[in-house]
Amino acid sequence: MWIGGYLVVSALIFSIGAAGVLVRRNPLVILLCLELMLNGANLALVAFARMWGGESGQIFALIVMVVAACEVTVGLGLIVAIHRRRLPIDVDELRELQG
Amino acid sequence: MLLRAEFVAAAQVIVYAGAVMVLYVFVVAYVGGGTEPLAAGGRTLKILSPLFAIAVAAELCIALLGTALSGVSGKGAQFVLGFGTPRHIGQLFLTRYLFAFEIASILLLVSAVGAVVLARRRRGLEPEIEIERRVHIPRPAFTGTMAEAAGTRHAEPGLPELPSAGEAELEPTGAAAGPKAGEQEQSSPPYQGGW
Repeated sequence: MWIGGYLVVSALIFSIGAAGVLVRRNPLVILLCLELMLNGANLALVAFARMWGGESGQIFALIVMVVAACEVTVGLGLIVAIHRRRLPIDVDELRELQG
Repeated sequence: MLLRAEFVAAAQVIVYAGAVMVLYVFVVAYVGGGTEPLAAGGRTLKILSPLFAIAVAAELCIALLGTALSGVSGKGAQFVLGFGTPRHIGQLFLTRYLFAFEIASILLLVSAVGAVVLARRRRGLEPEIEIERRVHIPRPAFTGTMAEAAGTRHAEPGLPELPSAGEAELEPTGAAAGPKAGEQEQSSPPYQGGW
């Protein structure tokens, strides 16, 4: 099983996610693209774990998944809180988190 | 799963398709997933960000096609029986990566508490109309509202009459409307505290 294929797919996913983070302005979409990037990195980690035989890569991938879930939780909580204050959901308008 | 990572695959499906996407659907349903306003991105930013994205993609392609693909061997490592099963991963988690495991669980706890704190209601910041509407609802008696416990405030003699004192007299708080035993409060501006 040629590992390079997985690396190509992982790089593709990662760069699509990075492009999304940079170009879009809705914070929900930006969070989604961040998840894409994390998933791309996970794929690369698991591919390398298969290549080298140790399971450390899979463990790392699981921890990355935990971190990604936490970050999504906090990010969505932020968006809900912002929406409650009736501020516009647009990353260019939201400059400070005070209050 | 082609990479012998069954546990990671199952965990990923459950976590992402189950939890993260469901959270997303709920938040988009609540917030409304607005359409993006077009202009006002700033001219330079609008041109620069796609360029930067393409630059990142190109750099990754160069790194990949240049050295990584030749440095990666075609065959995988020797297949140890049970590679990727939950048993192996559990063993590794509890022996060699115990610290990471514990820190990850603490991180989950902290982020769950943080999300609850972020999304709770804060009365003091709602617009005035909400407070008006909310305060003039007659509270049921003996339910332990703060107005019952602390008593409504008296207007001090000598101070100018507060503007809402007149209309507040029509709807006293629940306990005051009830027995009135020993409570001789005149209905002053109702309790408008935060929490």
